[in-house]
Amino acid sequence: MSKKVILCRCEDVTLTDVQRAVASGWSDLEEVKRYTGFGTGPCQGKECLRGVALAIAEASGRAPAAMHAFTTRPPLVPTELKYFARRAAASAGDDDT
Amino acid sequence: MTTRRKPGGAAAPGASAPLPDAADIAIIGAGVMGLALAYNLAAAGAKRIVVVDAHYLAWGASGRNGGGLRQQWSTEMNIRLMQESLAICAGFAQEMGINVWMRQGGYLFLARTEATRARLEATIGLQNRCDVPTRLIDLREARALVPELEVHAHGDDDDDGGDGPGFAGACFNPTDAIVFPWPFLWGYARAAQKRGVAIHTATAVNAIERRGNGDFVLQTSKGPLTAARVVNAAGAWSPAVARLCGVDLPDWPERHEILSTEPLKPFLRPMVSVLESGLYFSQSLRGEIVGGITLPGPREREVRLGSRLRFLQAMAAAMIDIMPRLGDVKVVRQWAGPYDMSPDGDPIVGEAPGTPGFYLCCGFVGHGFMMAPVVSRYYARHLLGKETHAFFDVWSAKRFTGGAAGHGGREQMHIG
Repeated sequence: MSKKVILCRCEDVTLTDVQRAVASGWSDLEEVKRYTGFGTGPCQGKECLRGVALAIAEASGRAPAAMHAFTTRPPLVPTELKYFARRAAASAGDDDT
Repeated sequence: MTTRRKPGGAAAPGASAPLPDAADIAIIGAGVMGLALAYNLAAAGAKRIVVVDAHYLAWGASGRNGGGLRQQWSTEMNIRLMQESLAICAGFAQEMGINVWMRQGGYLFLARTEATRARLEATIGLQNRCDVPTRLIDLREARALVPELEVHAHGDDDDDGGDGPGFAGACFNPTDAIVFPWPFLWGYARAAQKRGVAIHTATAVNAIERRGNGDFVLQTSKGPLTAARVVNAAGAWSPAVARLCGVDLPDWPERHEILSTEPLKPFLRPMVSVLESGLYFSQSLRGEIVGGITLPGPREREVRLGSRLRFLQAMAAAMIDIMPRLGDVKVVRQWAGPYDMSPDGDPIVGEAPGTPGFYLCCGFVGHGFMMAPVVSRYYARHLLGKETHAFFDVWSAKRFTGGAAGHGGREQMHIG
């Protein structure tokens, strides 16, 4: 049996990948996200964020409580473009997230 | 995605290492421009180069852009600069030992109006004379290049051209390209560090003082850094950085939003763009459709990076309008990045008028990423007194105070 531990199923990021990222000096969740690609697939981190955070904490010695989740991006779940398609003029207004 | 997460063991810049006391050249901004400049300086033998950034690598616009590299410009200087930049990008993976996911699928520009089509036609002759093989094409040929496009000429409502508003024409250059932006930062950072550059992320510059001998003292969150010369490569944050030094810059930040869909099987070769709306999208080597559109809004003074439903709505409508089958594709995320806008659309480079030793490398209006590889190369030679480039005259900040000519024919190919 393979000893590979998959932490991010969407982007095939393993425990070893995260440990290697930490060994290279990346220790922030935002940095590790960019370096490994974890959390950029369909789940957008909903499945993998905790596991990766714990793996970073273990590899870096940082307290899990001191770590910040990466910025959440809309939409809430992957959504077909056709449900959003509206002409810009139809809905102006300040809807910053 | 194995190649993406094994980029040759790029070392993270030292957020925790002590900041050096002094530098010959301090670069503010660890985006692609600052890092590439640091690399080119060090590669030319310069010592004591320090790069500081308030955040982490790829936090700013260099980590938020669509990764487009095009040679379709309207001035000869920009065409030739981008030809050279593209050549540097094409060799980057081998030179730096890092995969940048480059794909040379071309750029397809669609023009709604006859005026835009005529403007394209006027630039193509110049591009051809510079050996950029751009061609003016009709909508039938555009559909042949990208069969999923449902676009038709004005007044030609045939069946395969869709039922949206028509177009006046299109142009296509097969040698334009897209890349994945982040590895450029890691590649330049690692190569610069290997050559002795100190890169300090999580290091904010809070004040800039001037000593009697002309030295600058950057008061940073990690202590003071004395530098003989300073380069402001802070992109959309450059006006704020310049103000710390008493320099008023005319550039300002403009929020542009972008989205990424779920990955699809490769089907879309060129970057597709509609000139009037600023719509652009391409398929990355990961398979995602990545793109944005210009949303009109009031001029902002501060950088704002929030995501808006309004963007998602406009973008979805514009994508489906020319490629209806994208309606069933799922968007997985959207984000924003700031353009660094200049009053005439040209960058701002060289010494700040009235503040010798304080150099500007900003105002790139959304094209900083694609221009950084070549601009940084000439900028390094300029700083080292080895060679200069015509852009130091054309893009000088003196043009805003009446002291420089500019080139009289402003760049017209600003998209997105």
